Amino acid sequence: MSQDSQWPVWEVFLQGNPGIPHKHVGSVHATDAEMAIQNARDVYTRRSEGMSIWVVPANSISASSPEDQGAFFEPSNDKPYRHPTFYKIPEGVKYL
Amino acid sequence: MTVQEAKFEYLLRLGDSSLIIGHRLSEWCGHGPILEEDIALINIALDFVGNATSLLAYAGQVEGKGRDEDALAYLRDEREYRNLLITEQPNGDFANTIARQFLFDTYMYFLYEELKSSKDETISAIAVKSHKEITYHLRHTTEWMYRFGDGTVESHERLQNGLNDLWMYTSEMFDMDEVDAILIKEGIVPDLNKVKVSWEKRVHEVIAEATLQIPVTVFKQKGSKEGKHSEHLGFLLAEMQYVHRAHPGAKW
Amino acid sequence: MDDAKQLEAFEAKIASGAKIEPKDWMPEAYRKQLIRMMSQHAHSEIVGMLPEGNWITRAPNLRRKAILLAKVQDEAGHGLYLYSAVETLGVDRTELLYQLHTGKAKYSSIFNYPTLTWADIGAIGWLVDGAAIMNQTALARGSYGPYSRAMVRICKEESFHNRQGYEIMMSLAQGTPEQKAMAQDALDRWWWPAVMMLGPSDDKSPNSDQLMKWKVKMESNDAIRERFIDRTVPQAEFIGLKVPDADMTFDEKTGHYTHGEINWDEFFEVIKGNGPCNAKRLKDRSEADKKGAWVREAATAYAAKQIKERAIA
Repeated sequence: MSQDSQWPVWEVFLQGNPGIPHKHVGSVHATDAEMAIQNARDVYTRRSEGMSIWVVPANSISASSPEDQGAFFEPSNDKPYRHPTFYKIPEGVKYL
Repeated sequence: MTVQEAKFEYLLRLGDSSLIIGHRLSEWCGHGPILEEDIALINIALDFVGNATSLLAYAGQVEGKGRDEDALAYLRDEREYRNLLITEQPNGDFANTIARQFLFDTYMYFLYEELKSSKDETISAIAVKSHKEITYHLRHTTEWMYRFGDGTVESHERLQNGLNDLWMYTSEMFDMDEVDAILIKEGIVPDLNKVKVSWEKRVHEVIAEATLQIPVTVFKQKGSKEGKHSEHLGFLLAEMQYVHRAHPGAKW
Repeated sequence: MDDAKQLEAFEAKIASGAKIEPKDWMPEAYRKQLIRMMSQHAHSEIVGMLPEGNWITRAPNLRRKAILLAKVQDEAGHGLYLYSAVETLGVDRTELLYQLHTGKAKYSSIFNYPTLTWADIGAIGWLVDGAAIMNQTALARGSYGPYSRAMVRICKEESFHNRQGYEIMMSLAQGTPEQKAMAQDALDRWWWPAVMMLGPSDDKSPNSDQLMKWKVKMESNDAIRERFIDRTVPQAEFIGLKVPDADMTFDEKTGHYTHGEINWDEFFEVIKGNGPCNAKRLKDRSEADKKGAWVREAATAYAAKQIKERAIA
């Protein structure tokens, strides 16, 4: 195995249109943030897919683990009262 | 020389420079130092080819002899080409390519900034579009100037060598002749002395910031405006034009 | 959870149509197979830049030059998406490229054939990308999230490649007699390699059933090949070109073409490294990598200095 390096990985997030959240689209290799942004621009916006780019060093991202899935996300499944459709509103009542 | 003739000549100068430097960059395709840079270089080459296409198409219209952009690109010989000498210089190592791109991109950046306010609407429209692209190219090459200049001993040396080798081709970028005089009077193109001031300032700043030296003044090469090129251009055109010329009149 | 239970949950998840994500539990065989497939696929995109890049400087007009540049750039982008997808399984790109350059990794056999005339650029877009799309649209439904997402993106971008190739062939076929001969010659040379690139019949492969069940492989090579041939033969006829297979027949009952015998010996020789361009392709790639080493090193050194300077300031 050589000592050579293909540079650190950065995760790329694009905002496709004004007002919508940035969305993860993939990754690039780069040595610094400026390069990561330029590379992301060249790789992920070749067809004008974006208007704003975020890059984050991949090793700076912490993620929940698959084992946490039950503990993290299932408890909210039995709280339907957090969703507006839980409530019955008589027909004809407006602006609710 | 009429204004129309001068305009045709000037459009060839602009268009040929973009076409030839775009050609050189495209030679990197598949051979770049890292995949991301390969993609970036092709993007830049693509911008140059697009820019050349618009300029040569307009040159053909101005000339009025029925030559389109392909006739101009593919059916002229070395002596009829008007690209700056620096644009035809071979790629060398990646530092050499970066040096060439930086010196030319900086020139194009300030030149097109002026051309945006050309009284010729087509030139102005092309300049507006291209200036956005060139702003990005310059940012890209400038970053590499810093990285190589202040990177490793090897990269510093390679970039310095690249600058030293290419420096003699920079002064003709600002040479002016009758063509310029006629078009300056019409408000179509800028006085290149103005571009030169901005170019020198920026180039000196970046070279200093990159911990490099301004190359010592050497004998300046010139001639592209009369179609006197280095030997490199003939081979480049032979490669570029051969399919087109081998099948006269064919559609592709 | 023990392995048997993990496997059961894993397979149930796939059967339900859900995607497997990088941190999810997965059988070692699944991981290995994915790394192998995705990296071969990534290498193919990158090596595939070479035969086409070969014609960028000689494209016959400015429009074709721009299109070809954009297309080859897409291939580079696709290689990048795919390397990224492999990296989610914990193998970094340095290692993957090392495997490519030392001949340990494989890539598509097709790119070991030379591009001899401009018509070859048409043939590659039409036939090679055409065959690849058949395969990739299937893989986009695969079970591994990052691979499937990369495929969706690639398929979206790839359809222009296929069309531009056909358009080149059509212009040539309708052009001068020399141009038409050039187009037919390209079809003659690229047809069989394109038919073969979809891989040998997989009835011999013992892993096929499991890979299908895990949605790593979505369809048999033969099924994809049949679809490719069914769609491509009429396209050739439409522009007056002839597929170089004297034994090919159309079966009215099934609605499919039956092709003549495939020279698998040639296929396996090319895979082994004995194709016309294997050595050149590998040499080009590894030289580019070697020549780029000081560039990568300089950028790394510069970034380290910047961080240090910022820390002091």
